[in-house]
Amino acid sequence: MNLKRLNILTILFLFSLIGFGQNSHESTPQSVASEAPVTQHSAEHKEEGFKIGDMIMHHISDAHQIHFGGSLYMPLPVIIWHEGHLDIFSSSHFYSVNEHGELDYHDYKGYRNHHEMIEFVGENAGHDAHGHKVLDFSITKSVFGMLLILSLMVFIFKSVASKYLKNPKTAPSGLQNMLEPFILFIRDDIAVPSLGQKKAERYLPFLLTVFFFIWMCNLLGLVPFLGGFNITGTLSITVVLGVLVFLITSVSGNKHYWGHIFWPPGVPAFVKVILVPIEIMSVFIKPAVLMIRLTANITAGHILILAFVGLALLFGQKSELAGYGVGAGSVLFMVFMYCLELLVAFLQAYVFTLLTALYFGDATQEHHHEEHGHSDVGHAH
Amino acid sequence: MEAGVSQGLAGIGAGIAAIGAGIGVGRIGGSALEGMARQPEASGDLRSNMIVAAALVEGVALFAVIICLLVAIG
Repeated sequence: MNLKRLNILTILFLFSLIGFGQNSHESTPQSVASEAPVTQHSAEHKEEGFKIGDMIMHHISDAHQIHFGGSLYMPLPVIIWHEGHLDIFSSSHFYSVNEHGELDYHDYKGYRNHHEMIEFVGENAGHDAHGHKVLDFSITKSVFGMLLILSLMVFIFKSVASKYLKNPKTAPSGLQNMLEPFILFIRDDIAVPSLGQKKAERYLPFLLTVFFFIWMCNLLGLVPFLGGFNITGTLSITVVLGVLVFLITSVSGNKHYWGHIFWPPGVPAFVKVILVPIEIMSVFIKPAVLMIRLTANITAGHILILAFVGLALLFGQKSELAGYGVGAGSVLFMVFMYCLELLVAFLQAYVFTLLTALYFGDATQEHHHEEHGHSDVGHAH
Repeated sequence: MEAGVSQGLAGIGAGIAAIGAGIGVGRIGGSALEGMARQPEASGDLRSNMIVAAALVEGVALFAVIICLLVAIG
């Protein structure tokens, strides 16, 4: 029970980060002067009408605040390391919400929020001032979503595990019942065929974590009115997953694995000259392709859904009747895309986990007979 | 958005990537269906392998889509 309360407190603490946003806006009067060129830019943007490209990019990119719709923004903490000191403040200092529900950006304390990337321009800098790089450790929308998913996962799996420990002999029920098929599916159909019964136990925690993390992050990105999370569609998060797979594969590679890369058995010497560089490159390319496959699939799905919605709005600008007509058709297509994206959410998690298990199996391979003089067959790519 | 020459070529590139994805996944689906027609009791196995292969082929096509998106945006 104490652990459960701790997890509930964790989730409540994350939501209390909203409190960061309730700082007073005493800095806004000074920044009005530098606000003028920026607002002019956004004023002419409004007269041009609905820009579908901007809307799509806004919804799939990471941001320093969560836009729930209309004028409802939830600012997130900005954590910057610049020239030896740490600055922590709420991102609401960077913007003010105008009457159209859009954000007018202005500088704060020498920092500028330029297209959701923070750079240092110094006090009273002009519109085209050159920005210096800062180290940005902010809790952005994707980081916030990821922390949410992680605390949810800890909560769910801790309670399921404690249930298994308390009554090991009874039939599963509730949450345990729902998760058991998936956990057994990963153990019996992904981990054991690639790694063998003995070694599967070592890599199963990582495989399970990666599978459920990716699946839940993909699903969070599909929830409609929550502010449009795109966690696994951010390259920075998938690159970490790829790097982890690369590290674990390389560290657990035994001499057969490295031997087969640098000295492929059973091929003549002139083929070795071509094959060895390719094998060396594939050590880096395989995790990179894992990363790109996941990001691209999820982002492409989000772009398609947003494009259908935007299409209805685009036509609605020309004439209201056209808007309704196109809207009806586009809603049907969008619902179809949503069903497809639900499938893709599970499928991408499954493919990532399957390929990771294959790479681990490759790395920990046993010595097999080389009577046919074949090169490695396990290169699923 | 204003479309310059590079954006237009990026659009053509995305279209070619879609052709690649269509041909690849089409062939996978076709041979899977053919196998299911020959041996209906294997259709469960064939279906899961078909989905895995389709995901891998689509990964490569979406790689090209990402490149075109990067060209069009930045």
